[in-house]
Amino acid sequence: MALVTATSAAGGIRAPRPAGLKRLALYPALIFTAAFFVLPLAVMLCISFTLRDKGVTVDWFTFANYRAFVERGDGVLLQAMVNSLEVTAVVTVLSILIAYPIAYILAYRVPARWQRLLLVLMVLPFWTSYVIRSYSWLLVLSENGIINRLLTGLGVIAEPIGMGNNRGATILGFVHFFVMLLTLTIYSNLVQIKESYRRAAADLGASPWQVLLHVTLPLSLPGVAVGAFLTFVLCIGDYITPQILGGSKELLMPQAIMRQVGRTADFSMASALSMILMGVVIIAFLFSARRLRMDRL
Amino acid sequence: MKRNLFGRPPFTRRQFLGSSAATLAAVGTMTAMPRAGRADDELNILVWCDHTDDRLLQPFAEKHNVTINVKDYQETGAALAILEQSQPGDWDILVVDSVDVARVAERGLLSELKAADMPWGDVFPELHRTDLNFIGDKQYGMPEKFGYHGICFNKAKVDIAQLRKTSAMWDPQFAGRVAVYDYYIPTMEMVGMGIGITPGTMNAENLPAVREKLLEIKKLASVIGDVPTVQNALITGAADIIVAGGEFAVTNLTADNPDLDWIIFDEGSVFWMQSVCVFANSPRQALATEFVKYILSPQPQAELATASCYWAMPANRNATLPDEIKKLLRWDEQPGFLAKSHPYFVPDEELNAKMLEVWTEFLQA
Repeated sequence: MALVTATSAAGGIRAPRPAGLKRLALYPALIFTAAFFVLPLAVMLCISFTLRDKGVTVDWFTFANYRAFVERGDGVLLQAMVNSLEVTAVVTVLSILIAYPIAYILAYRVPARWQRLLLVLMVLPFWTSYVIRSYSWLLVLSENGIINRLLTGLGVIAEPIGMGNNRGATILGFVHFFVMLLTLTIYSNLVQIKESYRRAAADLGASPWQVLLHVTLPLSLPGVAVGAFLTFVLCIGDYITPQILGGSKELLMPQAIMRQVGRTADFSMASALSMILMGVVIIAFLFSARRLRMDRL
Repeated sequence: MKRNLFGRPPFTRRQFLGSSAATLAAVGTMTAMPRAGRADDELNILVWCDHTDDRLLQPFAEKHNVTINVKDYQETGAALAILEQSQPGDWDILVVDSVDVARVAERGLLSELKAADMPWGDVFPELHRTDLNFIGDKQYGMPEKFGYHGICFNKAKVDIAQLRKTSAMWDPQFAGRVAVYDYYIPTMEMVGMGIGITPGTMNAENLPAVREKLLEIKKLASVIGDVPTVQNALITGAADIIVAGGEFAVTNLTADNPDLDWIIFDEGSVFWMQSVCVFANSPRQALATEFVKYILSPQPQAELATASCYWAMPANRNATLPDEIKKLLRWDEQPGFLAKSHPYFVPDEELNAKMLEVWTEFLQA
């Protein structure tokens, strides 16, 4: 492999860089990103400022769709965003609270030879279809499902309890999925922390809790931040889980977007709502990147 | 200056702009390039999921020695989006909600069908509605399948006698056991019918009354959703009835769940209808028209009625349905059902927007 070593103006040695044809290897990724991400996004942004009536574009630049987001139907679309943020916040916090102890035990309590096997077992549910996993939860939580049958069989409850088709079921489905993701990101961060740091703290008289709170936890925050950010992004934009498990008794933002497309084909409004959702994700990214130093990961 | 993993700026601004311009130009060129022509032995159909079974399409494909390429979609908006991204001549056949035939035809997308060549004599007379499949005296769609919005129920838990009146939709005895089919026009018409608003006469003045009743139903609802969602609710016990459900929601489930049934109210129902159309730019007009006639013939009508995706009534009265299927579809009750049923109405854009707002509020309440 032909590598070029360059010397900087200050006389330091630069890292080797690919030369000539090797740099062309970057172009496929650039072209792909430009063609299938930047360009469609730009088109969608432009469409979001148009206004359609009877399937025809009647205004080529207007903020009407963005105003409608706030004003339409006494704020039902705004409420969809609030619902999405609430669900996403609960899912992210719950997933972190569950995933961190799992990742900690995996990294520090489980013998190294078992760690890989347990990690594989952890991600096994990833191998099943997302849709099938959601429907499986619906069957588990349903009135005729395994939990209700068990509880009624044991005499704990007289009548089946409706556990599916609500926000709780949506959150459960999300948490089940994102705990796996967060466990992986936190685990990969924990195993990078030098053992000597934790030993030094212990030698200086720190209790195991103090080591966790003052050494391990701060150093593992980048892993938590990356996992939390991915959870936030994937959760807030997900259509399938709330559609299957939520029973459509309240709208989340992706469902509100889909409703603009379905019968009326109002792509202008759907684009505007998508751009608003993307704005929220960007804010979340900036918060994660600046406050939690994701770049250190 | 920030450097990449290789210790140097990945691209200068000039390089970045140059690369981006080249990329966009390449994408634009690819988009503008003429696509390879279609083979002569292909028929491209844009249809609902009930037209995807081999047992329906294979006999036509074999007889005419063509390959039928199928693309299925769910809602008219999605179909229009597909068409906007297609080239003229890409598609031959469209299956669409009958209330949307005029909407598609007005865009110049549909070919006129010669009414005299169509098997109208075999079709239920109540389906012969010039306000749906015609614009003026020109026909653009042929009704091929229809069904009712009434109420579905679990016979093991609910007595059919409790469901004869439209007031069953908001009867408190079903609190927490109600699934609502998530399609605003027929469901709002059904609710309107229950409070004395004749289907087709909904307007901005009587819409608030429908809204009030919908919010009453919302308090009783355990699930609101599309067909698979409300079907699941009935099967898993999350609901005992489906408001605005009909044969399309339960008849294909009865083999495994014989307690599932459906009925329309004494006051009547709203019926839906789907039509098969030929695209104006289809290069295979004659073959596409033959396909329309084929779909309307007795045996394909029976296959269409019992499609693996969903069952419903064949438009052809002479469809060769087995007796056990006729019983599930309440075939013998058709004359009475049709006599007291109303087709979907097509609200104007302003009313449609208001109805959607009410429906969104209903979902969000």
